[in-house]
Amino acid sequence: MEVRYWNQHLETLPQSELRQLQLERLREVVGYALQTPFYQKRLKKAGIVSSEDIRSLEDLKKIPFTVKDDLRQAFPKGLLAVEMDKVVRIHSSSGTTGVPTVIYYTADDLDRWTDLLARSIVATGVGPGDVFQNMMSYGLFTGGLGLHYGAERVGLTVIPVGGGNTQRQIQIMRDFRTTVLHITPSYLLHIHQRLPEFHLTPADLNLKKAWMGSEPHSENTRLKLQNLFGIDIYNSYGLSEMNGPGVAFECVYKNDMHVWEDGYLIEIINPQTGEPAEEGQEGEVVFTNLIRHAMPLLRYRTRDLAFLHPEPCPCGRTSRRMSRITGRTDDMLIINGVNVFPSQIEEVLMSIPEVGTNYQIHLSRHEGLDRLTVKVELYSKLFTGDLSHLESLKTRINDKLRASITINSRIELHEPGSLPAFEGKAKRVVDEREKL
Amino acid sequence: MKVRQISVFLENRRGRLYEVCSLLGEAEINIRALTIAETESFGVLRMVVNKPAAAIDLFRKHHITANLTDVVAVEVPDKPGGLAEVLKVLSNENMNVEYMYGFVEKFSEKALLVFRFDDPERACKVLASAGINVVGEKEILSL
Repeated sequence: MEVRYWNQHLETLPQSELRQLQLERLREVVGYALQTPFYQKRLKKAGIVSSEDIRSLEDLKKIPFTVKDDLRQAFPKGLLAVEMDKVVRIHSSSGTTGVPTVIYYTADDLDRWTDLLARSIVATGVGPGDVFQNMMSYGLFTGGLGLHYGAERVGLTVIPVGGGNTQRQIQIMRDFRTTVLHITPSYLLHIHQRLPEFHLTPADLNLKKAWMGSEPHSENTRLKLQNLFGIDIYNSYGLSEMNGPGVAFECVYKNDMHVWEDGYLIEIINPQTGEPAEEGQEGEVVFTNLIRHAMPLLRYRTRDLAFLHPEPCPCGRTSRRMSRITGRTDDMLIINGVNVFPSQIEEVLMSIPEVGTNYQIHLSRHEGLDRLTVKVELYSKLFTGDLSHLESLKTRINDKLRASITINSRIELHEPGSLPAFEGKAKRVVDEREKL
Repeated sequence: MKVRQISVFLENRRGRLYEVCSLLGEAEINIRALTIAETESFGVLRMVVNKPAAAIDLFRKHHITANLTDVVAVEVPDKPGGLAEVLKVLSNENMNVEYMYGFVEKFSEKALLVFRFDDPERACKVLASAGINVVGEKEILSL
């Protein structure tokens, strides 16, 4: 198999040199972190007042974990380490309790991030001459813009179409002879189902490869989609806290994802105790961003469960490989690639007086796309007997939900006491989607 | 002369209408007029009964979502043009009908029409002064 590198020196750096580089970069970001109100306080408590206090990678353990809620508490600027006039990009995600989280990037941060995406792209054997159709959403979500700039850096022909509008996607694939996609597995399946409408088969297209991310999926789904299209599909992993996509990416061997360890320091911990998991064992993935100066994040708990492969990959890269995400330590749902917490839905529902306290979140899949149905019980005392009032209530619930979770849902109104009542919120979610 | 209408929120679920109506039957409450407004997933059952207060208590006891709305009931001769005559009066007075439904009496030559207005008080006055027989709850009880 032909192995190509974007930066052969860094990608094949011997482990000992890689750890030395990580230490240098860790000290640098701790220096930046000490410029933020949030970490100043937190690191001081841990006895770290200067980057000099980090003498070895072992000292990482002195640094307390950072969690998603810290980002909310620090909103908007508690984690900003540079002056605003040095910030050239902001990405943001909706918050579970109405408070969003924000990520800041300097021009150099974007440059380093883009470079890791270029590395990811080249690792999958894609290069100049390829036509890349980016079907991930642009905007505040990092999935679209991240790969976009990485692809331009490598020299691909980039079609920044973004998500949705299947007819247009298919026309563009056909007209511009697209060779590479960046897409979610459910959407790739949907496209396959829609091709006959356009009198096309995968053989009529020029697709060669796809990068698949944003949604957990099994090896079987990858194999199925590869067979349906006759293409190679590579897994991708990222999160906006670690800049976005390109934290870990599969190489041509498709044997789990290389974590770009010069950019992101990975730990796998026992989510209960916070102690390191045994080598090769599954645990919660914790990342320290070694390349972002505008907004440092140290030992960030992703809530994703995965494990590391300690053995080397035949491609010659020295960075370790991370498994697919095997689960979550929280109840986060992924709906058409969008992260949604049941608590976000509950928050909205409980702000609407006509809605009773019992509700159910129902997930199903239709033609390859997820469908969110929110079943709510009507609050008896606010029933007016007016049908149009009920219809406008449905619209109002959907509008408020969309403002919070960014996706559309179907609202069902039910009689009080008719939905199954459960203790605790986990059982409020009924997920009937077949596992991808 | 307003009449209290009972509105019941119903899920579209097999047997639900039967359950609601059989409760009324067991309590010997008689339905005088009835209509169902429905959407894809739920409906609103609207009815005029002979004992509205008893009916609403009964529904609350059985955790059925219901409420009372003031409507106007009129009696018109059961013959062609009977409804049009009433609507003409309303139209001349610029009264908006939110919804309406009708019922034919078994033992008389009259039909009962039930109207929902923004302003039921004014509607009663308008209709009565045009010589239309506005029916009160007592009369409905005796129907």
